[in-house]
Amino acid sequence: MTATGGEAALFWVLAPLMVLASLGLLVARKAVHAAICVMFVMVCLAILYVAQEAPFLGVVQVVVYTGAVMMLFLFVLMLVGIDAADSLTETIRGQRWIGVLLGVGLAVVLLGVISRAAFPPAVGLAEANAVTNPVALARLMFSEYVLAMEVVGVLLVTAALAGLVLTHRRRLSSRPTQRALAAAKVAALPEGKTITPLPAPGVYAQNNAMDTPALGPDGRPLEHSVPRVLRIRGQQRSATAVLAAEETLVGRELAEAGLLTAEADPPGTSSGTSTGLDSDGPDSDGPAPDGPATDEEGR
Amino acid sequence: MTMQTLSLAPWLVATPMLGAAVLLLAGRRSDRWGHWLGVLASAATFVVGLVMLLDMLGTPADARVAQHTVGTWLDAGPLHVDLGFQVDPLSMTFVMLVTFVGTLIHVYSVAYMDHDVDRRRFFAYLNLFVAAMLLLVLADSYLLLFVGWEGVGLASFLLIGFWDGRRENAVAGKKAFVMNRVGDMGLIVAMMLMLATFGAVDFSTVLGAAGDGSAAGVSQGTMTAIGLMLLLAACGKSAQLPLQAWLGDAMAGPTPVSALIHAATMVTAGVYLLVRSGPLLEAAPDAQLVVAIVGALTLLFGAVVGTAKDDIKKALAASTMSQIGYMMLAAGLGPVGYAFAIFHLLTHGFFKAGLFLGAGSVMHAMDDDVNMRRFGGLARLLPVTAITMGLGWLAILGVPPFSGFWSKDKIIEAAFVGEGWRPWVFGTVALLGAGITAYYMSRLFFMTFMGRRRWRDGGPDDRQRDDGAPVRHPHESPALMTWPMIVLAVGSVALGGLLAVGDGFVTWLEPVTGHVEHHEPVLPVWLLITLTLLLVALGVVLAFRQYAVAAVPVTPPPASVLVRAARVDLHQDDVNEAVVMRPGQYLTRSLVYGDRTVVDAGWLGLAGAIGRLGTRLRGLQNGYVRSYAATMLGGLGVVALVVWLLAN
Amino acid sequence: MEITNYLGLAVILFALGAATVLLRRNAIIVFMGVELMLNATNLAFVTFARMHGDLTGQVLAFFVMVVAAAEVVVGLAIIIMIFRARRSASVDDVNLLQS
Repeated sequence: MTATGGEAALFWVLAPLMVLASLGLLVARKAVHAAICVMFVMVCLAILYVAQEAPFLGVVQVVVYTGAVMMLFLFVLMLVGIDAADSLTETIRGQRWIGVLLGVGLAVVLLGVISRAAFPPAVGLAEANAVTNPVALARLMFSEYVLAMEVVGVLLVTAALAGLVLTHRRRLSSRPTQRALAAAKVAALPEGKTITPLPAPGVYAQNNAMDTPALGPDGRPLEHSVPRVLRIRGQQRSATAVLAAEETLVGRELAEAGLLTAEADPPGTSSGTSTGLDSDGPDSDGPAPDGPATDEEGR
Repeated sequence: MTMQTLSLAPWLVATPMLGAAVLLLAGRRSDRWGHWLGVLASAATFVVGLVMLLDMLGTPADARVAQHTVGTWLDAGPLHVDLGFQVDPLSMTFVMLVTFVGTLIHVYSVAYMDHDVDRRRFFAYLNLFVAAMLLLVLADSYLLLFVGWEGVGLASFLLIGFWDGRRENAVAGKKAFVMNRVGDMGLIVAMMLMLATFGAVDFSTVLGAAGDGSAAGVSQGTMTAIGLMLLLAACGKSAQLPLQAWLGDAMAGPTPVSALIHAATMVTAGVYLLVRSGPLLEAAPDAQLVVAIVGALTLLFGAVVGTAKDDIKKALAASTMSQIGYMMLAAGLGPVGYAFAIFHLLTHGFFKAGLFLGAGSVMHAMDDDVNMRRFGGLARLLPVTAITMGLGWLAILGVPPFSGFWSKDKIIEAAFVGEGWRPWVFGTVALLGAGITAYYMSRLFFMTFMGRRRWRDGGPDDRQRDDGAPVRHPHESPALMTWPMIVLAVGSVALGGLLAVGDGFVTWLEPVTGHVEHHEPVLPVWLLITLTLLLVALGVVLAFRQYAVAAVPVTPPPASVLVRAARVDLHQDDVNEAVVMRPGQYLTRSLVYGDRTVVDAGWLGLAGAIGRLGTRLRGLQNGYVRSYAATMLGGLGVVALVVWLLAN
Repeated sequence: MEITNYLGLAVILFALGAATVLLRRNAIIVFMGVELMLNATNLAFVTFARMHGDLTGQVLAFFVMVVAAAEVVVGLAIIIMIFRARRSASVDDVNLLQS
């Protein structure tokens, strides 16, 4: 049996895209990208199921995989660190070659098997799906495979319990009281810690962002007012850059208002920075630090 | 014998064994009373033995041989060995000797070992020694005898090395044990031959078959081999040539141990074995001749060594060797000599025990010094010791009417019985031995008790005399030590004469040794006695002139080759080293070398290769789950490939 | 177009998923590779069902999905536990099971 022209067109459009997306899973640096690639493959699979006279499975594929499984993946990615970029340098000697060789070899061998195998003429599901596909499947599952259904149900319950038990964190010490916390804070004073909360990030007329440091009473920027995660990632901005951008903006407004005199210089241009919103934090182009760790500690 | 008294036989062994067990198991708790328990166990054994002896005396002579079987010991196919006891005049003689002399030595040891922290352990070993010896003489089969034989070896090892804090004592114990093992080997081989020849190892079967001529079918060579193996065993236990070297070193043990070994328990075992195996030796005349030759050689060897020893205990040890040589010689003469061998053993047991206890008493007085060149003039200070030792001295000399005369003279007479060259050679050796014995025993006695003092008492009158002589404060030993010596001295004086009345002892032993018609020696008896006494007198006079009248040099004077050799035991250790030890060491070293370079190297190489292979393979086990996944996937690929290829 | 082309696609997806398992170190991506392999087999099942005119293949694919869902729950819980303990989601850091 050969597929119809429409199905062939669908296949030849989707198949290369799915292979590409799978390659994306293989090479994507960021886990989120890999997850999106997989999701794409799964949706395409759902479409192919529908095309292959399995509409029920197509729907289940979308609901279970893209709807539940991949969402779970994304949640875990968020927990673990959303930009947990994976270094692609190989640490196990020869593993890359072995992996590539085995992957290609497996594909070649299995394709060889398929190409050589003598398949019987395809029957098609028109007859089996006479009472519609979901009804036919339901009859099969709740008669011949009813025991398997029950077992799978037990498996799901067990897995849910396992997920609860495995991720449950046991408290090893009693919860600290407020008194104890206060005492600990006072005790940490000599080490340079503060009793009070850290200063909030800067609040300026123009810029009310987490990445802008606050200014102290002496007018100097307070580096530690920016969240640590941003600092480590190099995404904070310096106070001068913010001020320069602000003054540039003020100057432009004044010019627009026609109030600008020729000799009037906008204050702060001596800093030479007019690229207001540019990030000039340290290491902004450097390799991303160990994302998960930073994230977890910064939280 | 009545059944009631016969059934007492196991208690003879069990009583001292129980004593030893209690003393060893109770540990330090029994430290305060343990020695008295040891004495009690030994004395109780003597009482049991005495009851049995009296019962036996009331039995007609032909009913005196009996066996008491406790039960089956081994039942392995054709080999059937009972746990049985042989009760007859021979074994009872030994029982009385061992228990009586043993008990006296126990009593003596209570005082002698008074200051030793391990006195309880010492008594445990003494009891063990007595028990093992009694098992040896009471066993009714060679196999059970062997148990006692080994027990005696073990106990002697423990006692000779009792003060094992000092290395040479431990080495002496080891030497005795190892040399005894050589003899034990002989006994084991003899038992194997008996088993192969007669199919049994109990006395009644083996000796019966050998005695009544039903062993005619057995080749003469086999009988000779059995006889020679028994002789080897006896040589090991009784310190006869060529296994004599351990006896001198065995003096490392406490003196009561020496007395026990020499008088009652250890060295007599070889003589017992040979006399017990009399019918076997009768059937093997060649072996019997070798026994006599060994005895004669050892007799001379011990006597020569004894003349040169300055160590009082070693001189006595050499004397024992020589006297046991007499007994072996007698045992090798056939039925003529068996009774006299045992007779001499009995009297020797008394006077040698007395001499050793006396030597212990002297050492006790002289701060454990054993060098006779530093003794002298002790007779007045140690009167009891001097008198008892003097009586023992006269007994061993064979002066009438002391014990030794009755037994030793009979052996000399028996040695002169026979035809051809034998009576002349053996008789002359025995006669010469008597003379030399007289010389060295007199030397010992005179050097110790007579002559000038070669020590200082530190008193005011010899302050100025400072010739390097040691300061001693001799004093007579306590009563617990002197009374055993006195009893033994009485035995030394009277026992021989008492037992010799009307050939009483010989008749007493007849149920075992068989009746022997009186044979006339090649020389008249009166001439032999006269010759013997003349030689003895010559020896005594020589010794008197040399060591009582003349001053004894405190250092051994330069002497002839023979004397120098005698001082080092006629180079017995050198001979052993050259003949046995060095070749053995060389063999061992070459075997070790071969083992290291060939066997070990092979296996180590194999093991190393497997180890290296394992180290290589260990790399696969790197803990990386991705590696394992790769392996798994590779396996899948292989399976798919196989399926594909098979499908085509 | 032959229906066996679906099988070819399934093989390629399976091989890519396997390669992902072998080559990536981030445990979550590895896990996604496993899911991709499961989906590839599902595609094969569906194709075979159509080929044989028998819905059993689809039933099997359904069960695979359910089991995969359960597996994801447990697997991700394990990954979170490992992450908590070792501050890392790299499968190479969990190599205590070595010589």
